[in-house]
Amino acid sequence: MNELELKKLEKKAHELRALCVDTVVWAGSGHIGGALSAMDMFTLLYYKYMKIDPSNPDWEDRDRFVLSKGHVGVGFAPVLADKGYFDKELLKTYNHTGSSLGMHLDSTKVPGLDASTGSLGHGLSIAIGIALAAKINDKSYTTYCLLGDGECNEGSVWEAAMSAAHYNVTNLITFVDRNKCMMDGPTEEVMKLEPFADKWKAFGFIVKEVNGHSMKELSEAIEFALGEKSAPVVIIANTVKGCGIDFMENNYKWHYGGLNSEKIQQSKESLNNYYNKRVKGV
Amino acid sequence: MGGLTYTMQDTVSLSTSEVYGNVLCELGEKHPEIVGLTADLAKSTKIGFFQEKFPNRFFNVGIAEQNMFSIAAGLAKSGLVPFVSTFAIFTSMRALDQVHTDICYQNLNVKMIATHAGLSFGQAGTTHQCTEDLSIMRAMANCKVIVPADGMETANAILAAYETDGPIYIRINRGFDQKLYDSPDYSFELGKAVELRDGTDLTIIACGSCVYQAVEAAKILDSVDGIKARVLDMHTLKPIDRDAILKAVHETRRLITVEDHNVIGGLGSAVSEVIAESGKGCAFIKLGIPDEFSIIGLHEDLMAHYKIDTNGILENVRELMGRDFEEDDDWEDEV
Repeated sequence: MNELELKKLEKKAHELRALCVDTVVWAGSGHIGGALSAMDMFTLLYYKYMKIDPSNPDWEDRDRFVLSKGHVGVGFAPVLADKGYFDKELLKTYNHTGSSLGMHLDSTKVPGLDASTGSLGHGLSIAIGIALAAKINDKSYTTYCLLGDGECNEGSVWEAAMSAAHYNVTNLITFVDRNKCMMDGPTEEVMKLEPFADKWKAFGFIVKEVNGHSMKELSEAIEFALGEKSAPVVIIANTVKGCGIDFMENNYKWHYGGLNSEKIQQSKESLNNYYNKRVKGV
Repeated sequence: MGGLTYTMQDTVSLSTSEVYGNVLCELGEKHPEIVGLTADLAKSTKIGFFQEKFPNRFFNVGIAEQNMFSIAAGLAKSGLVPFVSTFAIFTSMRALDQVHTDICYQNLNVKMIATHAGLSFGQAGTTHQCTEDLSIMRAMANCKVIVPADGMETANAILAAYETDGPIYIRINRGFDQKLYDSPDYSFELGKAVELRDGTDLTIIACGSCVYQAVEAAKILDSVDGIKARVLDMHTLKPIDRDAILKAVHETRRLITVEDHNVIGGLGSAVSEVIAESGKGCAFIKLGIPDEFSIIGLHEDLMAHYKIDTNGILENVRELMGRDFEEDDDWEDEV
């Protein structure tokens, strides 16, 4: 990745974080913590890697993305809107009665959304189905799936992991947003996940553990996964819950929340500071 | 319905699920987009026939029903037509969140062929008997629910499921069902009851293995009691054939439903909903498993125990015919 591209991606991630804050405000509240921790992955996938055509959302050769941690729709809908799948104005109706955009996004209502998710622990299996279909249909698309770390408490995630390895589903790239927080507290206090990488390895995955806020590290991991055909790859992205907003960072209490006018102001300022810090020297 | 070549002779030697397995293979030859899935029950559910013929279009995910139904959703999202087979109890309960959210909510073209339903796996005990699935699956928006009466009807239901877009739940039994139809060439239409006998004294509405029992009971009622019972094979519980039910209410005024399922939420409930919404009165009995976990035993013994066999139906029909409800009600507006 050259510097110009990196700068563009950093800028885009910053804009999307800001748009996510706006969307939370319009919605009244939302799962902002996990949306911000995942935003660099959304950005990299949608602005660098995925072969998609927003003017033709159902293009059958497109790459697919399954947001298994479906509760962070409030961070993902801004990405789809920014890509042009629908008018950004629609974000202002988020969670409003009758809107096509709700807390857990519905693929029958939202263009560009490859799966309706929300009940946790389903996404990886759906993604495996989509990836297996590529083989049957002789298609070369790649399927991406993003899991939350707390979500990995669900047994069905490990059923999926087992089958991904069994069927050597290497046209699928799995991410885990390892922000170490869930609704009721830190992941290791609510339900221990460590040794997390070892669990995936034991289930037959090749594990790449990276800084989930480093475009460079994430990008290298994706490049590796795209070329790997011996086993499915999971990218454990170590992230910060609420990344970019100082008072939210690493605080599980910001798994879900709303913002008053003071907090909105504070959030925007904090995001600007964070962005400036990130792009310094880029 | 066209293309099926089964005859009575074939089905004599085939269990209901073997008919399913064979029909699916026939369909698979013609339609390469059909894929099969099971969770370590390829042999029991007979979807293994499809696996043998089309190994590259088949996934056995091991004992992991949740994963299986979500994978089926992913396959359907990519234009394939998954037929998923496991026991009814695992489809409707173990993996219900996946069936609900990944398949029905997204209105995906997944066919759920649930075997070992009702009391047909009676000896396996309550963990494997399934007397709640119709109630559960009927409540899933977008999902159609079919309960074939025998192997031949299963063949028709499988074909209809392929030809009908969207999620479909087909409930079949373990082992052999009593043969009701001689060939697939009768008027099977999804959502339309089959009138097996006409009658004006009462109507017996049945589904699944109870249809055969209803026909046998109707024959006896005719010859012994002189009672003319209409018999409806209500193979589709959703969408239910409202017209056939209302016609029966109007013309026979007495209805009995018979099902191998809890009396709450299944065929009896579906029929009573139609009656209640019509504003028309009639005498009505729901036969089925009472609100309890069923006992262990052979399917036929359990059907007798819960009075959903021929004798049970006869007993209830005679009781119903003896009810003097007409004196109290003004039926003049009905005729």
